[in-house]
Amino acid sequence: MKTVYVDNAATTAMSDKAIEAMTPFLKGVYGNPSSLHTVGQVAKEHLEDARAKIAKCLNCEPREVYFTSGGSEADNQAIRSAALNGARKDKKHIISTAFEHHAVLHTLKKLEKEGFEVTYLPVHADGLITADEVAAAIREDTALVTVMFANNEVGTILPIAEIGAVCRAKGVVFHTDAVQAVGHVPVDVKAQNIDMLSLSAHKFHGAKGVGALYCKRGIPLNTFIDGGAQERNKRAGTENLAGIAAMAAALEEACANMEANAQKLSALRDRLIEGLLKVPHSKLNGDRKKRLPSNVNICFEGIEGESLLLLLDAKGICASSGSACTSGSLDPSHVLLALGLPHEIAHGSLRLSLSEYNTADEVEYIIKEVPKVVEYLRGISPVWEELEKGLKPHLI
Amino acid sequence: MALYSEKVMDHFTNPRNVGKIEDADGIGEVGNAKCGDIMKIYLKIENDIIVDVKFNTFGCGSAIASSSMATELIKGKPISEALTLTNKAVAEALDGLPAHKMHCSVLAEEAIRAAIKDYYDKNGIAYDKAEFPDPTDEDEHHVEEE
Repeated sequence: MKTVYVDNAATTAMSDKAIEAMTPFLKGVYGNPSSLHTVGQVAKEHLEDARAKIAKCLNCEPREVYFTSGGSEADNQAIRSAALNGARKDKKHIISTAFEHHAVLHTLKKLEKEGFEVTYLPVHADGLITADEVAAAIREDTALVTVMFANNEVGTILPIAEIGAVCRAKGVVFHTDAVQAVGHVPVDVKAQNIDMLSLSAHKFHGAKGVGALYCKRGIPLNTFIDGGAQERNKRAGTENLAGIAAMAAALEEACANMEANAQKLSALRDRLIEGLLKVPHSKLNGDRKKRLPSNVNICFEGIEGESLLLLLDAKGICASSGSACTSGSLDPSHVLLALGLPHEIAHGSLRLSLSEYNTADEVEYIIKEVPKVVEYLRGISPVWEELEKGLKPHLI
Repeated sequence: MALYSEKVMDHFTNPRNVGKIEDADGIGEVGNAKCGDIMKIYLKIENDIIVDVKFNTFGCGSAIASSSMATELIKGKPISEALTLTNKAVAEALDGLPAHKMHCSVLAEEAIRAAIKDYYDKNGIAYDKAEFPDPTDEDEHHVEEE
């Protein structure tokens, strides 16, 4: 059976170019960039070369790029850093949104316990917030605004440049978790007024376990992993050079092909949305236009997401859902709830996230198979029976 | 390792006794859509024997598999024996469930008890009310997990 992998927001397959860039460091170039000898200095050159490539893709200086173990670490470091530096000036207020990634939300929850106050801006039903709402929430004691670039579940792209402009005008540090955006939509930290940005390599065909934090020069950055002097004293530990080199190659490739990929993916995405919305009582989550070219997120009423995923997996289709059973908690996805979806609708969500490796044939296969599975599950669902008998009103 | 045992996957992808019984003697429904699982069990009873049983379930893979297995375990059995079915027995028959999915087997046990209670009520058969707590109490099946 053919595998149709449409869970690229979870992780992507590595590109050939990324693997090619990685292998010399698994075999041959093994030096420690901190060593003074030639073997070490060769490694160091590659490290700085990768940093320069990534800086170019983000439109920043190489010295503003700090390598991390991934997006979560970058989020943790950026947010904690800005919070602690704010607190030194008696600024203990942070602004974020209700539908951030857990790497952001759980860091903020901890900071709340440590005496910080966090405003979680409510998200509109279309999965967006406005810069005006951020502006209205900024106070004298606001230390940080952290708003994701693009949402990982519903794929909406937030008005980052406008939010950044508001923050800059008010002198508040602005961080964005751009894990879902980098390599997929244009990111320019200068034009978009971004002070700090988190990215993760495996979301754009790089390797897992490596990412980066951009931190604008002049914005203080604290160290949370103490040890050696790597990353300009901001992040100790011998660098994951193989992963970093692969990340740089993957990002260069993604940026070079961005327009072509976006065009291809948007067409596939639109076809999926069109095809799947033909299922009665289904609904697209997230704004139709301001969304990642790769993201489709649809709720089907009367069914539960995990059983949908397992049956699709049996047909070779690898997707994801925001149901409680897949989140490992009792509640469905906080993102879907933040958009105002009722619990029973959020349980029936399906996220399909494409990459440029997907084909039109795969999309047609999905459009053919998903409605069958939905129909089968509705056929054995007492919830669907009540809806169809008119005992309860359809919500979508 | 896969999320579920082969047996769970078998009962999920090829559920036994799925459907409805139009002239059921007892119907039990437990769970709620808000929590993401509802189980509805239909019983056909003759001379205190469960001669047929069907289910409809809204829920995850383990909820559907638990329903399927529970109906298999009580089909053709006397009511008295069905009442002794525990959620543990359902889970064991499925070669185990992940810890956070154990509540699915609890739902199956509760759905069967609710269906038997419904049969007693409809037929004016006396029973000890303490043995049939109301499983539709909000979130009850989730409480022990918190």
